[in-house]
Parts: sequence; structure tokens; C-alpha cells
Amino acid sequence: MREVRLVYFAWVRERIGVGDEIVSLPDTVVTARDLIAFLKTRGEDYEAALEHENVIRVAIDQEHVEHDEPLGSAREIALFPPMTGG
Amino acid sequence: MAAPSLSPPASVTVRVQAEDFDTAAEIEALSTGRTDIGAVVTFSGLCREEKGQLAALELEHYPGMAEAEIRRICEEAVTRFDLQGATAIHRFGRIDPGARIVLVIAASTHRQAAFDGASFIMDYLKTAAPFWKKEHLKDGTARGWVSAKDADDTARDRWTRG
Repeated sequence: MREVRLVYFAWVRERIGVGDEIVSLPDTVVTARDLIAFLKTRGEDYEAALEHENVIRVAIDQEHVEHDEPLGSAREIALFPPMTGG
Repeated sequence: MAAPSLSPPASVTVRVQAEDFDTAAEIEALSTGRTDIGAVVTFSGLCREEKGQLAALELEHYPGMAEAEIRRICEEAVTRFDLQGATAIHRFGRIDPGARIVLVIAASTHRQAAFDGASFIMDYLKTAAPFWKKEHLKDGTARGWVSAKDADDTARDRWTRG
């Protein structure tokens, strides 16, 4: 087990119900995809937020990554919808 | 033999802020004191009111990453288009219809690089800078989060084709 800080934005944040949290990850969670699958087991709010997991964007320590990226020694992992700034 | 004259290093300015900005002052800041800039292109993004229903946009961002990502994009543009400087300012929080949201300025020796640089920065900023827009309507309801557009991905992808 290891602890990471998770941060959520926009409708991912609203559906999960918190903006950030510290979560203990089992050793079986290796990639960003594993993390999303793990979070979906944490309850209905997470399932609703991460239902369409292919549209969920992931950033590790504030850099964009693909879902197959290993989390490594990430301190902060962010999950959010496609961006709509500008 | 005289040493070749060196141009000042390219300047990159990135700010993410709640406050409005002064476009003319930002152009001035980018170009003042330099004589090697021949072209300055600015892009301003404004909050557009659709069908008279929008009360305001609420812009959420990822503090830290928003600045870092825009800086990465601007530095890439400086390298790719040989810009003398780039400025990008993006606001967050509540933005009323007609108000400024984003400013991009690209400065270069000749106009084409400045046009391309500003366009490149905006195309990547829209698809990779962590900002999200939520619409609030005049009847007090929130219509919800704005959806990302495929057209924005297409606009970005033209820079990687061929």
C-alpha cells in the first residue's frame, strides 16, 4: 500500500463529491487505468464520475499522461474531463 | 573581427489570474526596448453570450498545472516558430458576457511566424491547458459544463500532420 493525493476537477469533482483526497493504493494498482478501475470500486459516486473512463484525462504530478502510464512514485494524480479553456 | 550581435533571449510570460488584463500594456511589455521584433499578433478570447441566456461563465482550473502547461506550450511555440517572445494570460473564476477570458501574443521577425505561433498556442491551450467552463444561465440555473469540441482536437492535430 502507498498513499497518494488525488485531485479532481469539473464534473469529475462534482460527481465524486470532493476536490481532493489522500488514498491508499493497493500494490495491484500500477497504471493510471488500474487507478480508475480501483476507484470505481469505491462507491456509486466514483462509478458515476468515471463511468466513461476513456474520456477521463489523467495527470501525474501535473503532467498529462496516457492511461497505460505507470504511476511510479507519483505524489499527486489528477483526474478530470477533457479541457474546455481558451 | 567583431562579435556577432546577439538578439535578446526570447521572453515567455504566462499568467493565470482572476483579474482582467490590459491587452495594450501586455503588447508594450513584450516589445518595449527591443528593435528586433517586426510582427506582433494578438488573440483575445471573449465570453460569448449565446441566445441571450448566459449570465456568466465559471472557469475552473488546476492551479500550478495550468501555468506549467501553458508555459510548456509557449516554449514549444517559441522554439518551433523562432518567436522573439510569447505572452499568454488566462483568467479563472466568474466571467461575464463580453469580458476577456484569454490573451495570446506572439512576436517574431516576420508576420507568418507570429500568426502561426499565436494560432499554435491557442490550439494547444484549448485542448491541453487544464481549464473547464461551466455555464450559468440568467434564470439562475446552471446549464452545466461545456463539452469539449472535436473541432478543437482537429485544429490542434493540424500541427502534427505530415
